[in-house]
Amino acid sequence: MTAKEKLAIAPQEMPQQDPVVRAHNMEEVALGYTAEMAKKEASRCLACQAKPCVQGCPVKINIPGFLAAAAEGDFKKALAIIRESSLLPAVCGRVCPQERQCQKFCTVGKMFKDVAKAVAIGRVERYCADSVEPEKTEVAAPTGKRVAVIGSGPASVTCAADCARAGHEVTMFEAFHKTGGVLVYGIPEFRLPKRIVEKEIEGLKAMGVKIVTDFVVGKTRKLADMKKEFDAIFVGTGAGLPKFMDIEGENLIGVFSANEYLTRANLMKAYLEDKAATPFWHGRKVAVLGGGNVAMDASRMALRLGAEEVHLIYRRSEKEMPARVEEVHHAKEEGVIFHTLENAKRILGDEQGKVRAIECLKYELGEPDASGRRSPVAIAGSEFEFPVDTVVVAVGSGANPLIAATTPEIEVDRKGHVLVDETTRMTTMPGVFAGGDIVLGAATVILAMGEGRAAAAGINEYLRPR
Amino acid sequence: MTKILKKSQLSENVFRMTLEAPLIARERKAGQFIILRTDAEWGERIPLTIADADPLAGTIDIIFQTVGVSTKQLSLCNEGDSIADLVGPLGKPTDITNYSKDGRKGWVVVVGGGIGVAPSHPIAQAFKAAGNRVTAIMGARTKDLIIMEDEMRKACDEVVIVTDDGTYGRKGLVTEPLKEFCSLEEKPDEVVIVGPPVMMKFAALATKPFGVKTIASLNSIMIDGTGMCGGCRVTVGGKTKFVCVDGPEFDAHEVDFDNFIKRLGTFKDEEAAHKCKSGLFG
Ligand SMILES: Cc1cc2nc3c(=O)[nH]c(=O)nc-3n(C[C@H](O)[C@H](O)[C@H](O)COP(=O)(O)OP(=O)(O)OC[C@H]3O[C@@H](n4cnc5c(N)ncnc54)[C@H](O)[C@@H]3O)c2cc1C
Ligand SMILES: Cc1cc2nc3c(=O)[nH]c(=O)nc-3n(C[C@H](O)[C@H](O)[C@H](O)COP(=O)(O)OP(=O)(O)OC[C@H]3O[C@@H](n4cnc5c(N)ncnc54)[C@H](O)[C@@H]3O)c2cc1C
Ligand code: SF4
Ligand code: SF4
Ligand code: FES
Repeated sequence: MTAKEKLAIAPQEMPQQDPVVRAHNMEEVALGYTAEMAKKEASRCLACQAKPCVQGCPVKINIPGFLAAAAEGDFKKALAIIRESSLLPAVCGRVCPQERQCQKFCTVGKMFKDVAKAVAIGRVERYCADSVEPEKTEVAAPTGKRVAVIGSGPASVTCAADCARAGHEVTMFEAFHKTGGVLVYGIPEFRLPKRIVEKEIEGLKAMGVKIVTDFVVGKTRKLADMKKEFDAIFVGTGAGLPKFMDIEGENLIGVFSANEYLTRANLMKAYLEDKAATPFWHGRKVAVLGGGNVAMDASRMALRLGAEEVHLIYRRSEKEMPARVEEVHHAKEEGVIFHTLENAKRILGDEQGKVRAIECLKYELGEPDASGRRSPVAIAGSEFEFPVDTVVVAVGSGANPLIAATTPEIEVDRKGHVLVDETTRMTTMPGVFAGGDIVLGAATVILAMGEGRAAAAGINEYLRPR
Repeated sequence: MTKILKKSQLSENVFRMTLEAPLIARERKAGQFIILRTDAEWGERIPLTIADADPLAGTIDIIFQTVGVSTKQLSLCNEGDSIADLVGPLGKPTDITNYSKDGRKGWVVVVGGGIGVAPSHPIAQAFKAAGNRVTAIMGARTKDLIIMEDEMRKACDEVVIVTDDGTYGRKGLVTEPLKEFCSLEEKPDEVVIVGPPVMMKFAALATKPFGVKTIASLNSIMIDGTGMCGGCRVTVGGKTKFVCVDGPEFDAHEVDFDNFIKRLGTFKDEEAAHKCKSGLFG
């Protein structure tokens, strides 16, 4: 095919559930390509010499390589190429902010001057992962070395896999009763089905990784004590500390952190009211504060939990929203009402202490600051209120403080992020490594995965017999 | 999976269980709690105080009252059964001080209301072991609801029992003997209160005029118990605190009990509906 012919192929739209229907069920929204669509989409790739897309992928997947195989219909080969660099393609194909990573740099998108027309790298990646059973991972001969991996989010899963592959005996410790980190308690079923995460964990078990749930490192056992039993430790405890806005009325009944709101629904399955013992709050008019993926997830979850109106309140404009473009689009389609350039000033309660309304202020964008972003400025006297019975605060989260608080040997920065050596990923405690959101601050799945991989390399080097 | 090694019934709605938990038994300190789930698929995470522990045997004891679906489910489990999940020890341990000085023994008064006696037991033990004189005030609605009397007598130098209806001990509320103690020339050095939120609110009000240091152990609604959800938050001294990681014990004179009590009722309607549907309640 010539480049011209390739450019003539229409971008393959992703089949998805009807917005009206899906806003009331937990099934996955984006249904995935068929083999035919995946092949067609992959054949739009121009196989650019310079591979600009690869530069945009944090783990540097050989994108033109796997697309070429997919275009041939050899999805098995395509998946094998992907898996050289990424362990979680079924997850990343679904949740990567592609428009800001690989697809941002795609030549095809550039030619159409529209990133939405770039090769849909993530979607093809997802198809390969969904349609092919990965080969069983080879594990090296046992080294006799023991590695503890703390947390079970994407950073930890990746680190555990790479350490197990090197022949170390790996044990994973998770505080919750279920493994997967944010992938199971935060990101909802309708965006990332739990079975996909479960499959990855099964893969780890097949490689011989031992999994211990209900184990809070620092509480059930101090890290320093574990250090006596393990030759190396990886800390991937994430950014689980919910931030609040520090405004009046935030402790009223009906105000939740997005973490609580989503955990009840996802991890505890509270939406299945006939079965689950955990209750959820039946909000009718819900305000969600924030503009990231977490805010989108909370808004869309609110609809699925029966809300009549969901208002998303964000103090900048839509252009600055950190959420994935697709999620913003899906939220709008499903009926979430967007209030941009507005921010909550206080939450008002009734005599029983329940939320009855929210008071907001209007904002405008000021001069660009040092980072080049135009910062929002409140417009004096623009207060207005409207009735809501639920407020979900989704304005970010901070580093999980548990390990640092119980392990003085591990140095953290001002915000509680664990400090690591850039090459080895070792913390200030010898033999203890770290990666993922606990190091980066709330980031992305693929970055966490990449960090887990880098730390595993550090661990494997550290444990190398010499 | 965690095995239930022993079970007994202390009063109509109160049960005691010994659970196999070697790691928790080794690490736990007075004031800490666990979170458990009975059912692997649908269970709720419920927090319960560690009432006692035996590090050598590798066991912990919990004492709980059946108030809703999850505690009812737990009460239906028997010796030899297993529960799906158990995690802990969570929360900060009680800050134990020996107040003894210049030949005078320190004096700590531990107030336990209803089921609150269970969590107050390890706290009383720890203050005593540190060298203080410990007085317990145990309160309940009626005689049959008084639990752990023998153990409290063993753990403390002195026990005062009060019942609302006068069927056992003194008739009245825990606040009465508490006020009397605080009015003595030699006041208690510290008061620790554990019990129903309303009782804690009034006990805190009772000690405040005397300026006696008072600590309350809060039992807010929780999910993770590790600081991740903020569901357990309370206002203490005008600041938001997470009960599971900053507590569960706080300066009772600083706690906004009214907000705390209201927040505990967050899921009242939902729980009531659950209770009807579960078929566990007649
Ligand atoms: C609602 C939501 C939506 C998101 N959407 C996207 C998206 O669309 N795309 C994207 O790329 N990213 C998204 N993210 C961000 C992404 O999920 C995170 O960046 C990523 O999960 C971080 O991985 P991690 O392995 O560092 O930590 P986590 O996934 O946070 O996992 C940490 C794990 O460690 C456990 N843990 C913590 N402390 C201890 C301890 N002391 N002992 C034992 N275990 C412990 C925790 O319970 C948790 O399971 C989203 C995040 C949220 C919350
Ligand atoms: C740190 C801590 C220690 C505790 N220790 C003990 C203990 O030693 N013994 C004991 O019997 N109970 C203890 N509790 C309370 C116990 O956790 C609740 O009684 C239990 O979760 C109720 O669950 P349920 O499903 O049976 O009732 P639900 O149906 O969930 O609730 C019934 C009513 O109880 C209240 N409630 C609901 N959830 C909680 C909760 N997590 N905490 C407090 N109240 C709640 C609500 O007002 C609700 O309306 C403790 C709570 C905390 C936070
Ligand atoms: S992992 Fe993410 S950034 Fe990398 S190619 Fe896949 S979708 Fe793109
Ligand atoms: S930039 Fe786009 S067209 Fe070029 S190789 Fe990458 S995916 Fe293919
Ligand atoms: S229970 Fe979730 S933060 Fe305390």
